[in-house]
Amino acid sequence: MDSHSIIGTKNKKGQVYTDPNHLFFEAPRIPSFFTGSEVIKEAIRRASVDLMVAYPITPQSEAAALIGELYAEGYVTDYMRGENEFGVMSECAGGSFGGARVFTTTAGPGTMRAMENFPMWSGARLPIEMIVTCRGINSPLSIQPDTLEMYFLLETGMLVWHAETAQDFYDWILMGFMVAEQPDVHLPIAICCDGFFVTHTKDVVNLTPVDMCLPPYDPYRSPVPCMDMECPPVRMMRDPFIMKSNYISYATHASWQQEVRAAIERSRKHTIPLLGGLIETENVDAEILIVSSGTAVSQGREAIRLLADEGLRVGLVKIKSLRPWPYHEIREATKHAKHIFVPEFNVAGWMARELKATVPDSDRVVAGPQVAGGMTMPPEVIVEHIQRTLGKSVATLAARGS
Amino acid sequence: MSKEKIQICEEFFDIMPPEYQALVTNATWGKEGRGWKDVGVNKELIEQHSLCAGCPESMAFRYILASLPNPEDTVMVGSTGCTSLVFPHVGIHNIHSLFGNQNAVASGLKRALTLRFPGKVKDVVVLAGDGATVDIGLDYTLQSWFRQEKFTTICFDNELYANTGGQESGLMQKGFVAKMAPMGKQFDKVRLPEIARESGCVYVVNCTVSKPSLIEKVVKNAVLIAREIGPTYLQLYTPCILEIGKNSMEGLQEMRDAEKPGERFAYKEYISDQAKAFLADVAEKEKAKKASAKEALAQA
Repeated sequence: MDSHSIIGTKNKKGQVYTDPNHLFFEAPRIPSFFTGSEVIKEAIRRASVDLMVAYPITPQSEAAALIGELYAEGYVTDYMRGENEFGVMSECAGGSFGGARVFTTTAGPGTMRAMENFPMWSGARLPIEMIVTCRGINSPLSIQPDTLEMYFLLETGMLVWHAETAQDFYDWILMGFMVAEQPDVHLPIAICCDGFFVTHTKDVVNLTPVDMCLPPYDPYRSPVPCMDMECPPVRMMRDPFIMKSNYISYATHASWQQEVRAAIERSRKHTIPLLGGLIETENVDAEILIVSSGTAVSQGREAIRLLADEGLRVGLVKIKSLRPWPYHEIREATKHAKHIFVPEFNVAGWMARELKATVPDSDRVVAGPQVAGGMTMPPEVIVEHIQRTLGKSVATLAARGS
Repeated sequence: MSKEKIQICEEFFDIMPPEYQALVTNATWGKEGRGWKDVGVNKELIEQHSLCAGCPESMAFRYILASLPNPEDTVMVGSTGCTSLVFPHVGIHNIHSLFGNQNAVASGLKRALTLRFPGKVKDVVVLAGDGATVDIGLDYTLQSWFRQEKFTTICFDNELYANTGGQESGLMQKGFVAKMAPMGKQFDKVRLPEIARESGCVYVVNCTVSKPSLIEKVVKNAVLIAREIGPTYLQLYTPCILEIGKNSMEGLQEMRDAEKPGERFAYKEYISDQAKAFLADVAEKEKAKKASAKEALAQA
């Protein structure tokens, strides 16, 4: 199955397999008013997905069920409900081992339950796309937005992107398959968004035409054999990797992990042209910057507007890709900044920690504001945090309300 | 995949491993009636293994691989344990991903192969130990049966966790003193064959691997029925001679003792009416084929 030769031909739903660059950058866009969940459905309608494995967990249940409708309509070849997320991710693995383009969605506790699968996916070089609609993972039970689960994904060997808006989400779901399936990448990808804020709100999203779709996955471009008994040599190793306490075994394991990390880095050259860079910047010559990812960036934009009203100029760095981590891009973008503020939707402040490990003079990085467990982050909270840190007098929200 | 796809460059032929040479020159792929009698002659599917000397599991592996009706289009799914020490030597595609998720992986795999190869037979066979099948992976084992996923599940039942050093497992006998069961196991051996029947398996066999001809028969039945009708389950006693204090040459006798009438591995079979009719049909066709071949021979 050579995916190039079928460009221009039609699938059984009459959609034309379209060159991805044409689909993303040249094809007409149709403005549509959709929830994030509906946007996931519309992206998958155009993604030539072979197998979707679904399981209910808030806030991704609606999207997972909507893709079931796509299956019923014939846009997705096979669809099943798994037994729990550990099983779901294993079913995804089986499908991908067998050469199918596989898609799934999960959230919060589901991500945690499935966790054992993710380093296995990347080690086995399975280019599965997983949507993570982030929510709280703590006890007491919370279904509200919280990005702590993303931190657990960072060292699984997966590509990890963090969408800010429904438009990001739509484009990246389609682009994610194209990057993850490159022969020199061939890794699973987690495309994350902040649950509810993105999944359950309506937004105008510019969709590509419904009669165009991505070319199908070609498993024979994989850097490791597809497990379909169609490609010799069939015997994979002379010795089991496990139980051999010798130098060759250690070297094999160590170098394979390095290779997975190297593949993450190699994804840059495919990702940068599609996403327009791993970061996005505004006014980074300012002395004060807000740096974050996801909807914390949206709140940061509003805070910047409020601060401008008060005569304070603040720049912005939006981080789109967490793995690969835009190390050099961030150092370059923050080189003028005296204060780097990092608003986050989690209690740990992991993004601030990542940034402190990245920029020179890391005292410049000011963690926070951080909200957790589903709290919203009004722009005023960011404004107050910045003003307080800079030693300015603050009209607190509480004071305003009295 | 036809055998023709696997060729060795002439210049490199002599340095290739012997089982690879065997695969190219005299593989049993595509040969009708391949079976346990090929063990020892045809080594394309397994030559060496890294199990203990005399391990009944190593015998079981050879019988099963020799009995697969369609090895050239069979993909196996394993799990963590002693079997995962053998699978890297096995000459058909096999997947090890995690401990206990084998039936979930096989479900996704079977679906992928079905949608990618319409009209072609691609068999999926799960082979895992009792810890993987009944303890850590029980949910996935049962759920794949509930869903009527069309593949075969084979459990190597050695009644304990062998690879980690002999700990209690759900299929261990009650009262057996083992690691993590210092006072003896407190509850009965899990009755998975009965559970399999109730969970939707259409063909279930519980036996030992003392008789290769029997293993050949049940493996062929299980794979063919799973292909056409629904999930099948084989629970095979492969005693861990190391952990029950036996010597290398005593595995066979241990199995013979365990399969006596009334013992826990006395041959037990469940087959659904539909599966029974299917097997009768297969036998009928084979008989007709043999008769016509004989007739053709007589006429010539």
